[in-house]
Amino acid sequence: MGFFIETMLGGLMTGMLYALVALGFVLIFKASGVFNFAQGAMVLVAALAMARFSEWANAALGGDSLFLANVIGIIGAGVVMFIVAWGVERFVLRKLVNQEGATLLMVTLGIAYVLEGLGQTFFGSEIYSINVGMPKDPVIMFEGLIEGGVMINKEDFIAAALAAVLVGGLTIFFQKTAIGRALRAVADDHQAAQSVGIPLNKTWVIVWCVAGLVALVAGIIWGSKMGVQFSLVTVALRALPVVILGGLTSVPGAIVGGLIIGVGEKLSEVYIGPMVGGGIEIWFAYVMALIVLLFRPQGLFGEKIINRV
Amino acid sequence: MNMTDMNPAAVAQPGRRFGDVILDLQNISLRFGGVKALTDISFNIREHEVRAIIGPNGAGKSSMLNVINGVYHPQEGKIMFRGEERKKMEPHMAAQQGIARTFQNIALFKGMSVLDNIMTGRNLKMKTNIFQQALWIGAARNEEIAHREKVEEIIDFLEIQHIRKTPVGALPYGLQKRVDLGRALAMEPQILLLDEPMAGMNVEEKQDMCRFILDISDQFGTTIVLIEHDMGVVMDISDRVVVLDYGKKIGDGTPDEVRNNQDVINAYLGSGH
Repeated sequence: MGFFIETMLGGLMTGMLYALVALGFVLIFKASGVFNFAQGAMVLVAALAMARFSEWANAALGGDSLFLANVIGIIGAGVVMFIVAWGVERFVLRKLVNQEGATLLMVTLGIAYVLEGLGQTFFGSEIYSINVGMPKDPVIMFEGLIEGGVMINKEDFIAAALAAVLVGGLTIFFQKTAIGRALRAVADDHQAAQSVGIPLNKTWVIVWCVAGLVALVAGIIWGSKMGVQFSLVTVALRALPVVILGGLTSVPGAIVGGLIIGVGEKLSEVYIGPMVGGGIEIWFAYVMALIVLLFRPQGLFGEKIINRV
Repeated sequence: MNMTDMNPAAVAQPGRRFGDVILDLQNISLRFGGVKALTDISFNIREHEVRAIIGPNGAGKSSMLNVINGVYHPQEGKIMFRGEERKKMEPHMAAQQGIARTFQNIALFKGMSVLDNIMTGRNLKMKTNIFQQALWIGAARNEEIAHREKVEEIIDFLEIQHIRKTPVGALPYGLQKRVDLGRALAMEPQILLLDEPMAGMNVEEKQDMCRFILDISDQFGTTIVLIEHDMGVVMDISDRVVVLDYGKKIGDGTPDEVRNNQDVINAYLGSGH
């Protein structure tokens, strides 16, 4: 029993981290109708900027204050993400008002390569580390409830809590505020949004900034877990089935999707894995996404696709 | 002759008066490559009036509307807004100046509810900034509530209380048109542009729409510019009518004047008649 719960909790924490990356996809899709393939590259750039800026700041400060160095790193990375958002709007999206979704999708593929290249040019292509003082040691919990207790990685726990707060805040921002409504309006219909006085340019910068900040949080957490290196880009690939499962238009969907896939992966690896020789974790998420697509093309929580004939 | 004498709607509401010229279009020409969409068109719009632009298909009505709205930029001519020459602008700037519009092929935010759609019309009136809203603090929340009240008034006015939470994509065509109108009204515009508001409607829906347009004019004093090719409807509710044909102006005046204009009769019925 203890082992089952432990596996499940581990899955939930990993799932929360997937959800964090998935959130970046959902935000941009909700607010501009674009499936953003560059999300993984944005996570990489954010993590690289954070790692290098805090490293440089630490060296400049003589290693006195890790906290201050990290703050400088986060601010620096935030500025970089703002520049990315502004650049994407100014040089790419502005030329593509009222274009088809497929065109915009291809453009984000291009943006991904540019960002990956530029990021490594500016910040280097070695493996760097981010140390934001996350506790690495595991703790034992629920000792009173279950015999032997449940072992939880503290780092995962903090990361999951952080992700949950971010998600809650963004949900309110999108559903309850005027700017959130304006963002959804732009995603739905460019022309109509302009007719009620919503400026497209500013809106896009805001959306990409928010997605950039989410990428930064994801980059810091994943980066401190597994080091800042090019393979961070593939984290976005792991988040892809999460978005499909949860629905591209739903912030809560990204969370639930992440949790389902995180738990599913771990449980299947532990309990079904041995029967088929293991390795399930790698493809399990994609199979689940495929099954969901067959029955609910809009995902579990996505907006229903209404077609009037 | 006093123009109000000729219009039944205006007579019914003696309080309604036309004000000064609010928008003056002077010698507007618009080309797309070699195609002349509009040629040397001049007319003006007075405050509080219902001004119709009519003409057969392809006459340039929608192009004209898009010029007023800032979507198209004419190669020649001047647009005077409240006596000042208007510079080249984007559609969202027209909205900021108080020009709202509806769309011929409804352009609503399909995934959003009726309420949210109309709330987007309040966007420009909201004063709190992104940080206040992101934190969802008092000022932003109070503002949201105040605007919500205004939107509920519009919902009552258009008689769509029963569908306020419905996603607009699921509504029948006639109601979608009404929501489109509601969103424009929520902007409390000085000029309301209606692009074929009756297109594709049945008789009953058309009557409702006519009633709403006249009520908007009476109750809010909004200046209304309306495009239609259904002549009957236009003649009943407009104060003055501009007639376009092949991108040129062929008539301008009260409905009665236009009805008896030989060029207009030819354009609509063919010159053989």
